[in-house]
Amino acid sequence: MRAIGRFLSARWLAVYAVAYMIFLYAPVILLPLFAFNDATIVAFPLAGFTTKWFGLLWTIEALHGAVRNSAIVAISTAVISTLLGACAARAAQSYRFPLKRGIVGFIMLPLVLPEIIVAVALLVMLVQLGLSLSLWTVIAGHVLICTPFSIAILSSAFAGLDDSLEEASFDLGESRWGTFRRVTLPLIMPGVVSSLLITFTISLDEFIIAFFLTGTDVTLPVYIWSQLRFPTKLPSVMALGTILLALSVCLLIVAEWFRRRAARRQGLESSSTRGLV
Amino acid sequence: MPSLSQESRRGLTLISPTLIYALVMLAAPLAMVVMFSFWSQNYLDLDKTFTLANYRETWTQPIFQVLMWRSLRISLVVTAATVILAFPIAYYLSFHVKSRKALWLFLITVPFWTSYLLRVFLWKVILGYNGVLNSSLMELGIIKAPLTFILYNANAVVLTLAHAWAPFAILPIFVALEKIDRALLEAAEDLGDGPFRRFWRITLPLAMPGVIASTLIVLIPTVGDYITPKLVGGTDGLMVANMIQIQFGKANNAPLGAALAVSSMLVVAAISLGIFLAGKKFGGKVK
Repeated sequence: MRAIGRFLSARWLAVYAVAYMIFLYAPVILLPLFAFNDATIVAFPLAGFTTKWFGLLWTIEALHGAVRNSAIVAISTAVISTLLGACAARAAQSYRFPLKRGIVGFIMLPLVLPEIIVAVALLVMLVQLGLSLSLWTVIAGHVLICTPFSIAILSSAFAGLDDSLEEASFDLGESRWGTFRRVTLPLIMPGVVSSLLITFTISLDEFIIAFFLTGTDVTLPVYIWSQLRFPTKLPSVMALGTILLALSVCLLIVAEWFRRRAARRQGLESSSTRGLV
Repeated sequence: MPSLSQESRRGLTLISPTLIYALVMLAAPLAMVVMFSFWSQNYLDLDKTFTLANYRETWTQPIFQVLMWRSLRISLVVTAATVILAFPIAYYLSFHVKSRKALWLFLITVPFWTSYLLRVFLWKVILGYNGVLNSSLMELGIIKAPLTFILYNANAVVLTLAHAWAPFAILPIFVALEKIDRALLEAAEDLGDGPFRRFWRITLPLAMPGVIASTLIVLIPTVGDYITPKLVGGTDGLMVANMIQIQFGKANNAPLGAALAVSSMLVVAAISLGIFLAGKKFGGKVK
């Protein structure tokens, strides 16, 4: 009993937290390490510094196609799922209606469903309807799994909204649409940007649904999957992964900055952690 | 609809695009999978007469039983490990970190945003025969020959999945701990509870909704994970999702794949419900 009491003390927990972070970051650190390593084999000891693997990426035609496809899919997914997320988040935050819990729960369901189930289900339906697989089918699947994330982010944006501002706008004679455009939208804009960035990042990284639903145009993760089988291609895959990691981290920092700005603008505490979850 | 108030109508109208999308892209396809599971594959054609043969095969064939059990066992171990390891972190963040909570949360989520595929693959690099772990241990003289029990088996799958799902376990527990009224803890202390009793009787029951949430968030998707078993599991670490993919792909037996998918979802749903009810009984209020 004493031991557990001591275990809960701040110092041991801090040590544990640092050890845990090392575990979390162990694989991530290796990515840039091997990307700049001057050897075809991905193993220790490191051989020397080189940037040739990054240079190699410019010469791969198939990779460029995959990047283009992924960009199309991720941008479309971000826009559509943020629009759908905004409708649902607004409805859930500001209105009472019958079956609300059930409806919202059902929309959030993809968050806990294994992706393989979503992928298989969509595949079965598309094949039954005789539709051919293309980037659009991938987008359809990605929108389904990204919308719940968008709802989670935008719900906290709408929750922080002061109703009296909108009421004031109505009293001053603005229409519903005018109020939304001139009062509500600017206030939730940081949340919208944050939702766009997060859904973009999720779609960019998603593999299973893209793997099942892609036609001849592959997305970036599907391309990477096909390259993992060839040991000689690994260093350039590591370089590609490093670029993707840097890109994701930048996008996340921007998203976080917007989220905090939203919180400040709405007069919430800036260190508040709502909306992250 | 005269019986609905104006507010209800507005709310329903507003949520309808998202709801319709989810109905068309989720409910309809899931219903179709269920329908499929009662049909059978006749070479290139689908035989649409109702049959339970796929389910009979799913529940009696040894290969499917083995895969199902292994998937469940692996995901239960992963869930237990992930949640137990995550709790102290969430506790530390909530009770001991004062001014930099957002930064810590950000740092915890960053590794999660690296490509999942590459993260799993990097574990393969770490755990491999000539991998980072083996070569460092040999360099240090701790082992003489490379360890082989760490890659291409269920252990590797557990480790990799526990890593991949860590942030999902930390965040719900953290949120639950943040909601605990600190006055309750002081009251317990004033009334003579030691740190251990206080933790057991107040902190843990009140954190239970978060613990249950993270258990379910980790458990349900890991049962159906495809990439990890495929990359680091070897033949002994393959799971049910790999079999589902094979049935829809190479084996060209979509109805059997559908029956496998439906069966595994039912089993997972039953277990989740059990955990949810158990958690409700144990936690949520101060005893």
